[in-house]
Amino acid sequence: MADATAVQKTGTPATRRSKGLSERRLAFLMVSPSMLLIALVAAYPIGYGLWLSLHEYSVRVAGLSRWAGLRNYRTALSDSEWWAAFFHTMIFTVCSVSLEFAIGLGMALVMHAAFRGQGIIRTTVLVPWAMLTVVTAVMWRTMFESPLGFVNSLLGTNTVWLGDQPYALIVVILADVWKTAPFMALLILAGLQVIPTEIYEAAEVDGATAWQRFARITMPLLMPAILVALIFRTLDALRVFDLPFVLTNGKSGTSTLSTIAQETFASNRIYGLGSAMAVLTFLIVMIVSFTYIRTVGGNIRGLAEE
Amino acid sequence: MATTTAPAKPAETPRAKRRRGADAGPKTPWWLWFVVTAIVLFCLFPFYWMVSISLKTGGDLTSGTPYPPSPTLKNYQSIFRNGDFTRALLNSAVVSIVTTVLALTVGSFCAYALARLRFRGKFAILALVLSITTFPAIAIAAPLFRLWSDIGIYNTWIGLIIPYLTFALPLSIYILVSFFREIPKDLEEAALVDGATYFQAFRKVVVPLAAPGLATAGILTFIGAWNEFLFAITLTSSSSARTVPAAIAFFSGSTQFEQPLGTISAASVVISVPLILLVLFFQKRIVAGLTAGAVKG
Repeated sequence: MADATAVQKTGTPATRRSKGLSERRLAFLMVSPSMLLIALVAAYPIGYGLWLSLHEYSVRVAGLSRWAGLRNYRTALSDSEWWAAFFHTMIFTVCSVSLEFAIGLGMALVMHAAFRGQGIIRTTVLVPWAMLTVVTAVMWRTMFESPLGFVNSLLGTNTVWLGDQPYALIVVILADVWKTAPFMALLILAGLQVIPTEIYEAAEVDGATAWQRFARITMPLLMPAILVALIFRTLDALRVFDLPFVLTNGKSGTSTLSTIAQETFASNRIYGLGSAMAVLTFLIVMIVSFTYIRTVGGNIRGLAEE
Repeated sequence: MATTTAPAKPAETPRAKRRRGADAGPKTPWWLWFVVTAIVLFCLFPFYWMVSISLKTGGDLTSGTPYPPSPTLKNYQSIFRNGDFTRALLNSAVVSIVTTVLALTVGSFCAYALARLRFRGKFAILALVLSITTFPAIAIAAPLFRLWSDIGIYNTWIGLIIPYLTFALPLSIYILVSFFREIPKDLEEAALVDGATYFQAFRKVVVPLAAPGLATAGILTFIGAWNEFLFAITLTSSSSARTVPAAIAFFSGSTQFEQPLGTISAASVVISVPLILLVLFFQKRIVAGLTAGAVKG
């Protein structure tokens, strides 16, 4: 970049004029439409949501409202249903992300191993990723909902999978694992592919076993890619909405932070409380997101500098 | 499905072999085939089961057989006769395409500036863009639900396109920045030396070279918008603006005596097949886009 600026500075007056705008001014012009749009479509609604969450709205008279301070937050935080949704979200996040990681790592290692027909598997894992989340939910309903599904007859059970307490959440977790383990696999595979082969060859010459090569070379060098994948997935899992909404309508122990907030403001029209729940979700996700930015912070700095 | 995924790409194997040739020899151990089969079944079987349900009607639906005893396209006929579903297809197409085009146009300017030009506040802008991709949609859906009713764009296309941009724009900026940076600077600099303005260098040199990156960002943005559910269900109230994912969630059989899951499955298959073909066709691009920036840190 320095070169380009130098060119501009050393140019004759004529060429300097033909450059039109200075670099800095051009940058401002190119960045500002995006920043304006982001301010309009993200910052303004979030600010307005904060405002809504500090008010109470009349259910009977449209548009009537009064200042409520933090009362909505107190209501949400003392609501056992909100806490239930909080715990469902946490259980969902921990279970789905760790299962996805285990399966994704396995898939990535298999995809990375060289063998005939490798292309089949690389193509196949993209199918679940390409599936719409809503369709994924429909798919898992067709498998678990008796009498259409095969799961009960396969296991010889008589479980109402989508209507009973622990089972419904299990199906939601399984559906999420199916859809996103391949995504995890692709991210980890990308990390595997940048590890130079020479390291493995050297280790083999030194007599390292396959396990030692995996534990001492692959895993440590894979850590940055794994970390990014895990945080990406955790953030996604914390805002899960589609799967529980379509599979069980947030019932049978599958309510999440997003479904309970959506139900409160959209179905029950309690705007203040619903917005407070949305803001709480936002705060929880932002805390995790902050960790994420710090982890890949070097990466952004790398993109910004050079 | 099997027919589209089956042909292995012959080009893939020799390259891969060269890469790991030393420890992975040409002979594949039997257990690896076992694992591969398990992965393929894991990925494809749920989709197969839904296809099979979509080909069943009446008594067959509850028969529990792993294949449709008397395959029928009745479910497919019924969804295409359903005005709500065809309207939802139109809504989804318009909303997703407009979102993608807007996000790419506006985003590519911003990404170019971030990738190439020197100015203050670059890090802050990238951090902002990245943090927006992690926002929970619910935090925006709640205020928009009220705001849109107040200003009269509740249940309209534009009412969906605006919030879709919240996520489409940062996503396309982030992907494009990493693509723009991979274009050699020499060409642009040559153009600048020849008297082109920065903007001309961007439009005539960078944009054509970045076409693959634009395609990748476009596909991922389009898939994201096509897949979106929370806004679609919260900010619409009738079939006039409801997109496909929301319509599927609201679907019931065309008559009350019909088991709705048969028709819902058919609708799901109809909207999945084009997406699967798109993804398989552009798989290299998509994988490159998904992993952009993820492994460089």
